[in-house]
Amino acid sequence: MGFLRNYLNQIKPNFEEGGKFHAFRSVFDGFETFLYVPNTTAKSGASIHDAIDSKRIMSMVVIALMPALLFGMYNIGYQNYLAAGVEGSCLDMFIYGALVVVPKILVSYIVGLGIEFAWAQWKNEEIQEGYLVSGIIIPMILPVGCPLWVIVLAVAFAVIFGKEIFGGTGMNIFNVALLARAFLFFSYPTKMSGDTVWVSTESIWGFGNTLPDGFTCATPLGQMATGSAPTASLMDSVIGLIPGSIGETSVIAIAIGAIILLWTGIASWKTMFSVFAGGALLGYIFQATGQSQIEWYHQFAIGGFCFGAVFMATDPVTSARTETGKYIYGFIIGALAVIIRQMNPGFPEGMMLAILFGNMMAPTIDYFVVQRNINKRLNRVKK
Amino acid sequence: MTRVIKLSKGLDINLAGKAEPKKVSLSAGNVYALNPADFEGVKPKVVVKEGDKVKAGDALFVNKDFPQVKFASPVSGTVKLVERGDRRKLLSVQVEADAQQEFVDFGKKDVKSLDAQAVKDALLDAGLFGYINQLPYAISTNPETAPKAIFVSAFRDMPLAGDFSFELKGQEADFQTGLSALAKIAKVYVGVNESMSLSDVEVVEFRGKCPAGNVGVQVNNIDPVNKGEIVWTVEPSAVIFFGRLFNTGKVNLTRTVAVAGSEMKENGYVDALVGQQLTVNVDANARVIMGNPLTGKAVATTQQASAVTVTLGAHTSEITAIPEGNNADEILGWIMPRFGQFSVNRSYFSWLFGKKQYKLDARVKGGERHMIMSGEYDSVLPMDIYAEYLIKAIITGDIDKQEQLGIYEVSPEDFALAEFVDSSKLELQRIVREGLDVLRKENE
Repeated sequence: MGFLRNYLNQIKPNFEEGGKFHAFRSVFDGFETFLYVPNTTAKSGASIHDAIDSKRIMSMVVIALMPALLFGMYNIGYQNYLAAGVEGSCLDMFIYGALVVVPKILVSYIVGLGIEFAWAQWKNEEIQEGYLVSGIIIPMILPVGCPLWVIVLAVAFAVIFGKEIFGGTGMNIFNVALLARAFLFFSYPTKMSGDTVWVSTESIWGFGNTLPDGFTCATPLGQMATGSAPTASLMDSVIGLIPGSIGETSVIAIAIGAIILLWTGIASWKTMFSVFAGGALLGYIFQATGQSQIEWYHQFAIGGFCFGAVFMATDPVTSARTETGKYIYGFIIGALAVIIRQMNPGFPEGMMLAILFGNMMAPTIDYFVVQRNINKRLNRVKK
Repeated sequence: MTRVIKLSKGLDINLAGKAEPKKVSLSAGNVYALNPADFEGVKPKVVVKEGDKVKAGDALFVNKDFPQVKFASPVSGTVKLVERGDRRKLLSVQVEADAQQEFVDFGKKDVKSLDAQAVKDALLDAGLFGYINQLPYAISTNPETAPKAIFVSAFRDMPLAGDFSFELKGQEADFQTGLSALAKIAKVYVGVNESMSLSDVEVVEFRGKCPAGNVGVQVNNIDPVNKGEIVWTVEPSAVIFFGRLFNTGKVNLTRTVAVAGSEMKENGYVDALVGQQLTVNVDANARVIMGNPLTGKAVATTQQASAVTVTLGAHTSEITAIPEGNNADEILGWIMPRFGQFSVNRSYFSWLFGKKQYKLDARVKGGERHMIMSGEYDSVLPMDIYAEYLIKAIITGDIDKQEQLGIYEVSPEDFALAEFVDSSKLELQRIVREGLDVLRKENE
């Protein structure tokens, strides 16, 4: 691979201050550090460093998302063939789903990373890797019927107003991907909820089936919001063969991602565990008081509960940062998600709002945890 | 019964090239250089001129703010150079040694009969007092401070660090005398990792991973520093210097230094004087570090295998050499397994390899980012401190918050491991040092 390194070294001066492609410095920099680990050595302090860096961390999250994404592609095909009443092979279903989803991911990455590159160039900073994760999560948490132009708007809004104005990855208050979803949810509600957005209705390149106009299909949560019990079985929900946002349906696929994140220590088990604990407690209360038509554990299998708990509540930047705080933060999210589902008919799903609320509360939770340490120190002086 | 404190947080980094417990000899120069930068927080004022004759124990420079704090010449000879840098900043005072060494005679003293003031005076006279450090601020202390306690860590557990128990062999009497002398001033705690029988002091045994050997960590777990309080910390080799002064009446700054690291041609221990110029043989493209790879200062980088001459620092217990690594060109690091790399993160495979020794180079291995991951620092800092919040308070210059979060209890070296594990690659030791310096100016 020496020739590649030589070639990069050769063209590098063009991108430096005064070079003819200086306007693309951030892009060059981004690709160079993507290809090669920077050879920069420590100037002060510790001479040795751990091999972990934010590129590796973000890549691991993307890998952890893959099972859910691939299953999501298959499920799009499955739902389409099911709705059309047509027999199709697994491969046909998957290819159809991939044809539907890949453009969404491309649009999300091109728009989001484009803004990132431009911003990094303008601020004379390095590209931050945070969007690698947000960029794949955003299509995964949208209904399949969400058109591309809507994704463009959501991504631009979330990257600029959710992240960059705060100072970039690590400084944002709200989870970027969820902010994109919330933006769409309130600005374009017809593209985001209802009975018409959950199944892909157009055939592409001979794959899939074109469904009749006015085709509708409700998600289990949509059915619950109208007061009826979900028709999909618990088993279907766990496997993920139900209509829903692209990446959120399969508990099994998400569980594989969860194992990767917990094993590598990138997501906090404390947060993840307590989201489920909060959801379980409230789900049980609603079940016991008869307000819910489903068992408490069924709550986890439908909607975005698992996806939110595993991939979004655990975002280290926007979650609570103290270890004690993580328990409280997670519990609030899990509990609130179920409360919104059960008690607010306007919002069939509560996970998005619960996590955004958790993000908002996280600094306050941490404040009290840290304050306890401060008070302990003050008391020591008084003694 | 010895008090035992168990620390669960921390990290041992198993680097290749540990010093074998044997003495080696290195070629040494005839010129000795005492560097004021080794004494953190001291504004030096030179008290000799080029051409002056000095004996071992005569002052070369003093602390401008506390002129009674002198810094002793390690050897007798002729002052060869007063080296100055930009804006006449004193870089070092260099003495060319005589063939026949002469010592200033400070008189043997029986420590038992001395009081606190007499011990202080003896250390001040002999130019050794500046070897005592203090918390807060992690600087060389001054004689006007009244410490609530004195802490000595009698073991070193940083990667490649010189083993103090090896250095101690044959020096036990001087070590005990030094401790007894300090015990006249305030209560002395000695942190150990294996039982040691000492008198006049309280021995506390620490069990845990690095940085359990950091004296700051020991202070925090035994008797933390509160605002307005001062503790002294003394490096164990300096305690031996003190002991020799009382037992022999002479200043003898000989210490046993580890020569270690994967790029060092020969590993072992060498007896050398503070300020001595030692020549080590290292491999090509190596970084020579005065100190260990976590807290030491990089002093040279080699192009090809060669001999490098370094000046032994006043507080240095090891000289190490690791690969510089600036030509590594590692491809696609974000996804490759990278079996040769060490990481606490299990996206790498070091968790599989157990006791494997690693040959880590000096690359930062990533770009600097804002703090993203949480809990990284706390996992390797066994102190009752919220490290992330303290670092943030330092970066934002919020002095009230720094005080509340315990900045008086920390020194930069306590953050060395946090700097190692940090996935955002922030220069934590530099940030803490600058924070402490600003705070000290603010409080003066």
